[in-house]
Formats: sequence, structure tokens, C-alpha cells
Amino acid sequence: MTNKKVKVATVSLAGCFGCHMSFLDLDERLVDLIEHIEFDRSPLTDIEHCSPDCDIGLIEGGVCNSENVHVLREFRKNCKILVAVGACAINGGLPAMRNHISLEDCLNEAYISGIGVENPQIPNDVELPLLLDKVHPLHEVVKIDYFLPGCPPSADVFWKFLTDLLAGREPSLDYELVHFD
Amino acid sequence: MNNKSIVIDGKNVPFEDGQTIMQAATAAGIYIPHLCHNPGFTPHGSCKLCTVKVNGRNCSACTFPASEGQNITNVTKELNDDREKITQMLFVEGNHFCPSCEKTGNCNLQAVAYHLGMTDNHFPHFFENREVDASHPDVMIDHNRCIFCTLCVRASQEVDGKNVFAISGRGIDKRLVVNSESGLLKDSDLEATDCAAHICPTGAILIKRTGYKVPIGQRIFDHSQIDTVTLANEGASHDE
Repeated sequence: MTNKKVKVATVSLAGCFGCHMSFLDLDERLVDLIEHIEFDRSPLTDIEHCSPDCDIGLIEGGVCNSENVHVLREFRKNCKILVAVGACAINGGLPAMRNHISLEDCLNEAYISGIGVENPQIPNDVELPLLLDKVHPLHEVVKIDYFLPGCPPSADVFWKFLTDLLAGREPSLDYELVHFD
Repeated sequence: MNNKSIVIDGKNVPFEDGQTIMQAATAAGIYIPHLCHNPGFTPHGSCKLCTVKVNGRNCSACTFPASEGQNITNVTKELNDDREKITQMLFVEGNHFCPSCEKTGNCNLQAVAYHLGMTDNHFPHFFENREVDASHPDVMIDHNRCIFCTLCVRASQEVDGKNVFAISGRGIDKRLVVNSESGLLKDSDLEATDCAAHICPTGAILIKRTGYKVPIGQRIFDHSQIDTVTLANEGASHDE
């Protein structure tokens, strides 16, 4: 392995940041990791766009609005290896449970007729990304190379996956590390 | 003296006349993945996970009779890849959100996916709108998680002496229906003590107020693979 650090970008789309929190559960192992990787675009760095030479993109959450689609495509374009992290990225997860309710009904319930709503109006600012009709898992939008299941995947999953990749091994997760819950 | 045998993945497996390949394999400690099969009930042969190659031809192990001269392959990349694809199709056809399901960790569908090394659903999701029937005081049906294995249908007929469930429609339109005038579970003969209320391999039929008695992390498949668990349970029931 050369001394050049591996560039890792991360993002949370329609997720809860739980997968990012779980990543931070690597705790002191982050110190070892940072010897070998550097963070590019990520909520951890506040870098706004991916460098064109990112090695690994870790994507938390599914795709629920137009901005998610643009961000996901940016990651696919700039990352050699794209990884769907967590249940929502893999099957839409909790946000996708709105998929059997029409978008109009969702918005009405949240902003018009819901209990405790004051000044009822559906937000409609040009700054706001438009919601998609349904929430989609990542693989329905771009090619995904690896999947890390779990809600969230444990820190051990991130560790095993990344250390396998860094060592040039095909990543593999033991039984105890694969959970859909 | 019984010396009839079949060969599964190069190993001699004894069988008795009338046994299926699945029965012979299980008795010999060989796991063949399955979801619609349960040794207590008439085989149904619908989920196709137990497909093995018998002398080069695909057969459902749960329905195919064992007979002399069978050379069977079970654990091969080709068969397990097919099984993974079938499992992925089950996941995208229904709405299987494991983190919000009471059955997680005790679910055979999930455990088969773990066993096959499945980490994604591969296919586009249907996100079909399916009903939840919570009308019964003690039992609920979440149709989002039904895989049409018919175990509840068979359990109700064969064990409970009732006829609470049926599969209606064909192909992609098939669905689990309840035998009551309203179509609701509360107006059926089902009781929480019925075998049919407990046999579901997924989280489609659940007993109310019991879902989290065993915490996540201490459930059947949290630390044990389905092959070990199945052989311990179903191997024993064959010997009885």
C-alpha cells in the first residue's frame, strides 16, 4: 500500500444520522483509521462537494427528494466504490413506510390537518427540494457496490468492512455482523 | 435392515420408502433451505427454496420422493445464488422492514437471507399497499409480511380442525384471505391458542402483546444460524 490516504466521503440522505453515529462508535479505532483514510465530503468535515477522486462513498438513508437524487449521483460520479449503509439505504427503511400513503395525504396530515398545526400551509419555497412520490432505496437510482445492513450497522461492521478494503481483501462480514434490524 | 440410500453432495444418506428428499436429508443432519416446508404439515412445494438438483434436474426436496440411484446436489453456488434471488424477490414483493417488525430475530425469512449471505434486495421494490387486520383481540395479521407459504392454511385445517385461512387469486394477485363473512379475523374461528396463530415463518401473523417479551439481541437467529436451529428442531420431530 502506498502512503497516499484513501479518500472517504459520507452523507446522510433520507436517514436519521444513526449510521453516522454508529460509525463514530469506532471510538479510539478512529485514530488508527485516520492513519489510512482522509475524509472528503462528509458531515464530519463540512466539505460541500465530492472531490473527483474519492475512493469510497458511504451513503446512509434512502432517496426521498430531488436533492437526494442529485447528491447520490454526485457520489456515484466521484467515488470508485459506493456503499449503501444501513436499512434505509438498502430498502428505504422507516421513511419508505410512507410509500403506501399518497404524498398529498402525507403533506396534508403534516402541514394542514394534523393535530396542533398552526398557520396551516404546505411549505413551497424554491430553496426546498421537492419530495418524491415514493422513497426509494439507493440501488434503484445508481449502481451500488456494497451493502452494509443494520439499523444501524454496528461500529464493528464499519471496521471490518473498511479494514478489509484497506488491506486489499474482498470485504466479508461474519454471521454476527449481519443484521437487518 | 434398511440399506437404501441416496447421495447428497457426495455423502450417502439412508432413506425409507415414502420419505421425501427433505425428510431423508434432515434426518441425516443435512440442511436444505426452505420456508414453506414444515415437517408437521403436508408439503406444499411452493417457495422453491429447497430446490436441489436430482440427477441434473431441479426438484423441490420437500415434495420429491427419495429413491435409489438419486445423485443430488444441494450446497452449490448455482443453487444458493438461485435461493438468494428467490429470497430477494420475496423481500421486494412484500414490505419487509425488519427494524420495525416484532418478529425480527425470530423470523425464518430473515434467517434464510442471513444464511444465504444476502445483504441487499437487488430488485426494485413493489411498495405495494397491503392491509393490516388488527380486529381480533389476541391475534393480528400484517399482510405486508405474508409470503404465501400457506403454513397457516395447512395448520388451521390439519391441526386445528378449522378452516380459517386460504390463498385467493393467482400469481402476483394472490393474497391471504380469512374465512369470515366480513373477511376480518375477529369474525373467524381463530383463537390465540390455535397452531395456525403461531406457525407463521415471518411477522405476518402475530400474537398481540408478546412481541418484545424477548429483547432484540437475545432472539433465536441473533446468534445461531438457521441450519443449526432447523436441524435441532425438525430433525428431532422426524424421529418422533
